[in-house]
Order: sequence, then structure tokens, then C-alpha cells
Amino acid sequence: MVDLTKIKDSVIGGEVDDVVEMVRKAVDEGQSVKRILAEGLISGMGIVGDKYEKGDFFLPEMVIAATAMKAGLKVLSPMLKPGDVESAGTVVLGTAKGDIHDIGKSIVGTMLEGAGFMVTDIGVDAGPDKFVETAKENNADLIGISALLTTTMVGMEDVIKAVKEAGLKARVMIGGASVTQEFADKVGADGYAPDAPSAVGKAKELVKS
Amino acid sequence: METKLSSATKEVIIGDDLPTVLIGERINPTGKKKMTAALEAGDLEVVRREALAQIEAGADILDVNVATPIIDEVTMLPEVVQAVMGTVDAPLCLDSSNPEALEAALKIYKGKPLVNSVTGQEDVLKRILPLIEEHKAAVIGMTVDDDGIPNDVDRRVAIAHKIVERADKSGIPPEDIIIDCVTMTVGADARSALVTIETIRRVKDELGVNITLGASNVSFGLPNRDLINGAFLAIAIAAGMNCPVINVAKMRPTVLATDLLLAYDKNAMRYIRAQRQSR
Repeated sequence: MVDLTKIKDSVIGGEVDDVVEMVRKAVDEGQSVKRILAEGLISGMGIVGDKYEKGDFFLPEMVIAATAMKAGLKVLSPMLKPGDVESAGTVVLGTAKGDIHDIGKSIVGTMLEGAGFMVTDIGVDAGPDKFVETAKENNADLIGISALLTTTMVGMEDVIKAVKEAGLKARVMIGGASVTQEFADKVGADGYAPDAPSAVGKAKELVKS
Repeated sequence: METKLSSATKEVIIGDDLPTVLIGERINPTGKKKMTAALEAGDLEVVRREALAQIEAGADILDVNVATPIIDEVTMLPEVVQAVMGTVDAPLCLDSSNPEALEAALKIYKGKPLVNSVTGQEDVLKRILPLIEEHKAAVIGMTVDDDGIPNDVDRRVAIAHKIVERADKSGIPPEDIIIDCVTMTVGADARSALVTIETIRRVKDELGVNITLGASNVSFGLPNRDLINGAFLAIAIAAGMNCPVINVAKMRPTVLATDLLLAYDKNAMRYIRAQRQSR
């Protein structure tokens, strides 16, 4: 029997091939798909997030761990039934109008996926309409907006207004180098996170509330 | 090709085979709580001190950016530019994405400034290029367009061509365009620094224009960032980048050593002088 903690350790170590091989083997042995996902893949990615937050892990280590986690998920996905994955929530993620910073937002997306969220990334330079439309299409629980420039942070407020005007249920979370809790309060965001790992915690909190 | 920038009293030349020109990045509130608070309160003393400190550290040009969510850049940018002009004699780089703020600052600037920046985006080119021509300024062109930052060399080079052509049509000569080949994070994509370096080579080769770079993004999410930033600067300078926007106090020694090795520093005098001063 494949030990699920070994899958978890291989996710943490970013050993893509090992993860795929062990997940396949565990499936062939008839182990619970749900458990392989939760105790192997997702729990591994959770530890990676914690380590990154503490400064013990660096960006490339997180990227490769996420690659390993996704490769494992791909093996499992044909076998997953609705309900097997208790989705943590549906998120629409993008960078504000006029801003083309991609990396921070994409890292947050990876971390959220790792934590079991369904993420739709609408890319950079995204206006309020795009956020609102995509959130409607996906019946999103949460909208995440990133802005790195002090000038484009202002555009977050337009998204928040548009979301409220459209009467969407989605809560709005913001982040990016210059964004602060004060700014988030000022523009009426439901939440703020200073970095990717804490964005996961904040997302969980917002979806529950 | 030589880009000549000036203040009321001083000229700085950016060109091939000349020492690398250092553009100081520190007058910028982004990520700086003290400077943000001071600027928002209209207190310019912090800016004056930062200007002096950068010149003492060896900056040739100072970038001036005052954007925060609550500052009215149209009034604040010219005010801060005025304060910096009254404090140091280095030419300035007027940094804003707000065309009205740039226009207001260009009106009061004495000399020939650099403007930071245009992109390959249509609306940006249309709004900013006429200002550059009218005020006979020079401008940084970022290899970014309506589709974002291309992750391949060909598309970045194509945007550089587009910017130079559009500037030419607006009456701005190529020596007044400085291309920013854009730095992405190597921790997220192992080839991202290579794409930037290859773009620098191609732009230099095909257009001959001068090239700038903000280097620090390359090391995001990695330990000992200054080490990576320094190595990246050295490679970029060797590829043809000749006026980085940097933290001068931290990065100047690396730049001077690189210039020495590339024979941009005759008899090593610049390097030796700097080392003597720091002893």
C-alpha cells in the first residue's frame, strides 16, 4: 500500500514524477480517491504554504510543489465525483485595470488551488466589467483583486462598487505591495491579505462568513 | 547613440562605451511608509534628504514618483520636482502614469528631463508622445502592450520597434527613446531573466537605442536578493543595458566593477575613486 504521507512529502519536495507514480499506484490499489487528495496532495501543499509564510521556503520551491500537486490532481480528476472534492469555494482572481503585475496574483491563485478552491484567473489589466461578468458566470464566492502600483490601487474601488451594484454575493479581497488594511477599509473591501499564504486563510474566513 | 539629459546646470550623457548611468529609484512612496506619510502631509523635507543621499551615493539621475492613492499628482509632482531641482543639480526622471501630472511637471522643469514612461499601448502612446515632443524631453518605453508583458523575446522586440517608430512619427528622434526590456521574477519562471537579457541584445542590435532596467523584480521570493540583483545587473550591462533604475547606495559598487571589466571606465579611475572614498 502506498503510504499517503509519502505522497504528501513528495508534494512538499516538488518531486513531480514521484507524486504522479504514487498517486497512480494508490488508485490502482483501490485507496480512497478522496483521501489521496486530502491527505496526500492538499495537505502537502498546505505545509508548503506554511513554510513559505515562515520564510523557510522560497518561491521556486512553492512553484514546483504546486506543479507536483497539480500533476497528482490530474491523475485523480477523472475519478473524482462531485462531492469528493469539497471545494473550499469559487474564486475569481485578477490584477486591476492598468496594472500588468502578474506574479503575485498567480502565486495567490496557486496557493488557493492548493487549498481546495476552484480558481478562475482573469489575468492582468482587468476592468470592473470583467470581474463582474466572470464572477457571475462562475457563481463566485470570492473575488480577489491584485494591484502593485499606487496608481492602479484606486481601480480596486471601481471593481468593489461594480460588484455591489451588480448585487453579487461574492465577497471581495484585495492585496499587492502597496495595499494596506487601512486602504482596504477605505475602499470597502471585505478583506485584505499581505501575502499569498495569508490570502488563503483570509479567503477561507470570507467564504465561511 | 547618445541620449543627452540635463538639469539647469548639468548634462548627463547615456551612450555606448560610456560609463553606466545610475538612475536613483528612492524618491517613490511605494512600499515606504515614512515617505508616503510625508508626501501625503505635503512635507517635502524627506524628499530633499533622499535626493541628497542618493547623489552622495553616486546617482547620476533621480527618478521622481509621488503616486499614492490619495495624492493629487497633478499638483504634487511639479511641487516635488521643484523641491528636488532646488536641492541637487542632477537631471531628473519624471515618473507618473498620469499625463496631466507629467505635463504639469514638464512645464516647470528646467533642462531636458527623462519621462518614465510610455508602453506600446495605443492610448498611452497617443497621450504621452505629443508631450515628449512638445517639451523636447526623452522618454522610457516599456516593452509592454495591450496584451500585457509578452514572455517571449520576439514580441518584446516588436513592441520596442513600435515605440521607436511611433515616436519618430511624432517627431521624437530615437536617441530620445530609452527602452525598458522589463524584468520578471526568475523564481516564478526560470527563463524569465534570459528573456530580458536576450531582448536587451536584440533591441541594442536592431535599434541601437539606449536601454534601462529596473532590476530588483528579478529576485522576488528568493533569499539574498541583493546578490541576485547584482549578478543580473552585471549580465544586463554586458548585454547592452546602460542606465538602470536602482537603489544606488546598494548597487553602485557592482555596476562600477562591471563597467571596469567592460572597459567603460578608463584606467579604472572611477572604480578606484569610489573604493578609496568608501575606505
